[in-house]
Amino acid sequence: MKKIQDFNVYANHRLNSDTFILELKAPEKLPEIFPGQFAQLKINNHPQVFLRRPFSIHDVDYEKNTISFYIKIIGEGTRSLQKLNKKNSINAIYPLGNSFSLPKKINVLLVGGGTGVAPLLLLSKSLKNNNISPVILIGGRNKNDILQIKEFEKYCKVLITTEDGTLGEKGLVTQHSVFQTDKFSFKKIYTCGPELMMKAIGKFAKKNNIECEVSLENTMACGFGACLCCVVETREGNKCVCTEGPVFNIKDLKWQI
Amino acid sequence: MADLKIKIQKLELKNPVMTASGTFGYGEEYTDFFDISKLGGIIVKGITINPREGNPYPRMAETASGMLNAVGLQNKGVDYFIKNIYPEIKNYDTNIIVNINGSTIEEYIQVAEKINELDKIPAIELNISCPNVKEGGMAFGTNCSSAMAVTEAVRKVYSKTLIVKLSPNVTEITEIAKAVEEAGADSISLINTLLGMAINAETRKPVLSTITGGLSGPAVKPVALRMVWQVYNSVKIPVIGLGGIMNASDVIEFILAGASAIQVGTANFIDPQITVKIIDGIEEYLNKHKIDSITELIGALEV
Repeated sequence: MKKIQDFNVYANHRLNSDTFILELKAPEKLPEIFPGQFAQLKINNHPQVFLRRPFSIHDVDYEKNTISFYIKIIGEGTRSLQKLNKKNSINAIYPLGNSFSLPKKINVLLVGGGTGVAPLLLLSKSLKNNNISPVILIGGRNKNDILQIKEFEKYCKVLITTEDGTLGEKGLVTQHSVFQTDKFSFKKIYTCGPELMMKAIGKFAKKNNIECEVSLENTMACGFGACLCCVVETREGNKCVCTEGPVFNIKDLKWQI
Repeated sequence: MADLKIKIQKLELKNPVMTASGTFGYGEEYTDFFDISKLGGIIVKGITINPREGNPYPRMAETASGMLNAVGLQNKGVDYFIKNIYPEIKNYDTNIIVNINGSTIEEYIQVAEKINELDKIPAIELNISCPNVKEGGMAFGTNCSSAMAVTEAVRKVYSKTLIVKLSPNVTEITEIAKAVEEAGADSISLINTLLGMAINAETRKPVLSTITGGLSGPAVKPVALRMVWQVYNSVKIPVIGLGGIMNASDVIEFILAGASAIQVGTANFIDPQITVKIIDGIEEYLNKHKIDSITELIGALEV
């Protein structure tokens, strides 16, 4: 069941010059939140920000009763969230959307590009709780983009690529040696990041007959299936990314890959 | 206790607050957030004779105090509605009103005939103002003779309350209003969205797949208020006001301008509980000003 609640800001800490973790404390016991789900956060008192902003849920702490978000400053909405402190509260609609499917015990690869790592931490944790030890490949432009490594290492083996080679292998995510087909042993890929990256990963998965789930971030007004703005073309017609996604199996999408 | 009840001809509303078509789904999208039976009415998402996929993504652009949409009447068609959605929503204790659309007059008639058979649907809203479809839609609502023709045709086959939703994208709104009144409309709702567009300066491309789309939200409220006031002063049938309503004060303004009831649209996206807050706010306003019935305020603008 979807909830609309005021959360208190529990912590807001910078990871680098433009990325931060916003941790919010729920007013009552959190419902169970599944990896891949998101929340619509209300930006208060900002004349240029009219609609809520959707963010993947990065982590959940049921003991502290907090949920956290991995946010990069892109525009006025995210800039305003970066300024929040412990005295502030913020309204959220959550948990929204479907979730990644958790498989039986198989080898899985997670691929996160840029802020696309956001939903993959909670996924890593859930996989680990299901006795699966995932491998995650994190890609960015340079070493400053590669964040939350220690958090991911709690649940995953971490591989890294940077476009300039300042950390991990040099090149695009899709050029990482893990994708050398003769050695590739994963049975499923989960990915989130720039669309071109997800399409390249999807193409690799399709060609090699590997299951692949992607998390999309189409622009939306409501987040709960009323406005019909965030649709993606699927084999069964247009579907709302907010209610029937954000996670889709690439088999169901009409991507030209 | 102030009386919030309103009548739109035969249609009785427990309060003047309805939800605008395309912003409230079929009602069920909101049941997690509040008891939708508290509403005066729900205008469901626009329905067409055949299923429509709507326009390609992107369909939405945020703008200053508002948003543009170009959804393009995505829906599964009237038969799907009757078979799968109507049974789920018909027993809510509120007025479920169906917004109907067509590319031709014949299609409007076909949908109206089918909806006329549904016991628990007390009214239709004839949408002659959708700016996001290539054929029909707004084309019917921007010209007096076509607005009259489609209203007359639907009036002949539809026996319950017929509301006609007007487009603001016209030179003289009162002429269109008078035309649909003469053609047999029971009520007029206005305004649908204003035609607008958004451009991405970095990419030099339009934001919406359709280039233009419909503007809604508080940015359009002054235009909507003006048109409600003009139409109220030029027709005898009740007017339903909408356009950028965000709070109870906005509602009172529309009622003073001449609206008998109102619809809340875009605000539902930002606060899915906004309509309940608005209903409470109207009641507070009436109590504070010692007004017994909301009907006393209709058109009570002092000029």
